[in-house]
Amino acid sequence: MAKVTFNENACKGCYLCVDVCPKKIIKKATDRLNVKGFNPVEVTEQDQCIGCAFCATMCPDVVITVEK
Amino acid sequence: MSEKVLMKGNEAIAEAAIRSGCKLFFGYPITPQTEVSAYMSKRMPQVDGLYLQAESEVAAINMVYGAASTGARAMTSSSSPGISLKQEGLSYIAGADLPCVIINIVRGGPGLGGIQPAQSDYFQATKGGGHGDYHLVVLAPSTIQECVDLTYKAFDIADEYRVPVMIMGDGMLGQMMEPVSFPEHDDSVTFDKSWACSTTGMKRKKNIVNSLYINPDELENLVWERQKRYDLITEKETRAESFFCDDADIVLVAYGTIARVAMNAVKKARAMGIKAGLIRPITLWPFPEKEIQKAAATAKSFLSVEMSTGQMVEDVKLAVNGKCPVEFYGRTGGVVPVPQEILDKIVEMSKKL
Amino acid sequence: MSIVFEKPHALSDVGFHYCPGCTHGIVHRLVAEVLDELKLEGETVGVASVGCSVFSYNYFECDMVQAAHGRAPAVATGVKRANPDKVVFTYQGDGDLLAIGTAETIHAATRGENITVVFINNCIYGMTGGQMAPTSLVGQVTQTTPYGRKIETQGWPINGCELVSQLEGTALAQRVAVNNVKNIREAKAAIKKAFTYQTEKKGFTFVEVLSTCPTNWGLSPQESMKWMEENMMPQYPLGVYKDKGAKGE
Repeated sequence: MAKVTFNENACKGCYLCVDVCPKKIIKKATDRLNVKGFNPVEVTEQDQCIGCAFCATMCPDVVITVEK
Repeated sequence: MSEKVLMKGNEAIAEAAIRSGCKLFFGYPITPQTEVSAYMSKRMPQVDGLYLQAESEVAAINMVYGAASTGARAMTSSSSPGISLKQEGLSYIAGADLPCVIINIVRGGPGLGGIQPAQSDYFQATKGGGHGDYHLVVLAPSTIQECVDLTYKAFDIADEYRVPVMIMGDGMLGQMMEPVSFPEHDDSVTFDKSWACSTTGMKRKKNIVNSLYINPDELENLVWERQKRYDLITEKETRAESFFCDDADIVLVAYGTIARVAMNAVKKARAMGIKAGLIRPITLWPFPEKEIQKAAATAKSFLSVEMSTGQMVEDVKLAVNGKCPVEFYGRTGGVVPVPQEILDKIVEMSKKL
Repeated sequence: MSIVFEKPHALSDVGFHYCPGCTHGIVHRLVAEVLDELKLEGETVGVASVGCSVFSYNYFECDMVQAAHGRAPAVATGVKRANPDKVVFTYQGDGDLLAIGTAETIHAATRGENITVVFINNCIYGMTGGQMAPTSLVGQVTQTTPYGRKIETQGWPINGCELVSQLEGTALAQRVAVNNVKNIREAKAAIKKAFTYQTEKKGFTFVEVLSTCPTNWGLSPQESMKWMEENMMPQYPLGVYKDKGAKGE
């Protein structure tokens, strides 16, 4: 059981987390823009998350918190 | 008062700095101030202080910036070409409101110039030197005892107003020996150092020492706030000595080494029946305008005597403000005028009265 | 559930001003994580330099001093000599450290100045808009080398780790990269070793981090990582160039 949460308004839409996720569950949220004007990212299948924190390790803007 | 000892100006300044609580000295060799470094390298280890020879004057002033950032009393010394290299650091130190003391034992210029005494860096010292709206407080001793007293004063002014203070001498003052005494330093006076980067200990919010403000309104406010401190310094710290000015027709203005020569000329003029006087600025910035203005109320003419081609004379003219003529006599390139040359000029001026 | 990854305490809540995908943010976080893990935040003074990372004084929670361009190692020397038992680090880019500040870097290293230098090498001047850096690659197109960096006019790139590793005062010289998770973890280990060596008073510690500048390289963050791997790593091989703490040294 693991969970990732995004500080959505801090996201700058670089999507480095999308590429690095081994489960490929992080996706660009194309339905909305954050306060900075970027499409943030989201996890659609939270139950698939293994809590590896690769996404958070790669994120240049400390957007991601990982719980396990 | 302690007993008198015979010391060179450069060494007296160094000893006075240590007694003022300066335990961090960053130097780089250059004639004619190297005795400051040499003295510090010998004395600092004896008082658990630091003498560090930097890789350049640029590095030395930035080491002072770093040490001053922690709230410590720090100092560097150099001579004209080296002081030019320090201008970047001085601007940053002023911009970051850091207290520190800089010794400038001036030699002839421009360029590599010479190594003999000069006052040709008056503009650089008093008008900014580096970039931006800032001032150094500039103290100009004329005796070795005054080197000691003004060094004590320099550290206190620096800490009280959070400004860099320059002690500006010349090669003659630096090399000359005179008996001096070192008064007890008053260590009871403390200064606010709550701004210093001495680590948070996780007990307070972090401090930032900085001179970068991208928002122009913020930068403007800070520059004006600093200007108010400069106004306060002008009000409280301006110093000068006046001799025979009450009835003087011709008032000489001279600072540092050459003030002593000018004094000699004034006395000779008086002996000849010419009513000459002397104002000796001790602070070059702030410039003692009030003393000049007071004398200008009754004087018939002024004479600025300098070891330069005429720099301080501009400030004298501004202070006299057209009330009477202001003339200039100077030698430069490391040439020190003798009393007779100045006397000749006084006599020439007296004939026009 | 327990937290396995969150913002380190030594990093402030102020959002970075860096461009999307810029790896400065990763390196800031690694430094902050190390300060947290070694419990050094309250004992540390950081020195910010001039360049894109000039605002790093806003991002770290320890006391911060902002230095003039290239002068960070001299400023750090002043801070450290005033407080020899405190921890002092500089955070500098390639223009700051290896062009205008080369003398300060070399002499801090050769004095064995007990400070940690975190050196960001991204082969370009970022803040001013993408001019040639001392570390720009031969043939690299920048705003001031529009026809590519030519050896005949601009000479060769300069290798920081190799340079400082020659100096006796250097205790650690290591080049790392932040292009993938494995390398990021190695980068953090190197930074942690550097700060640890400093607390042990081993001497000058230097960690060069190969980084990206997507904006001025004109590449996406993903393409930038690839560009770093294909172009920078051959010129700037990762590895430990000097380690006084390693066995056998």
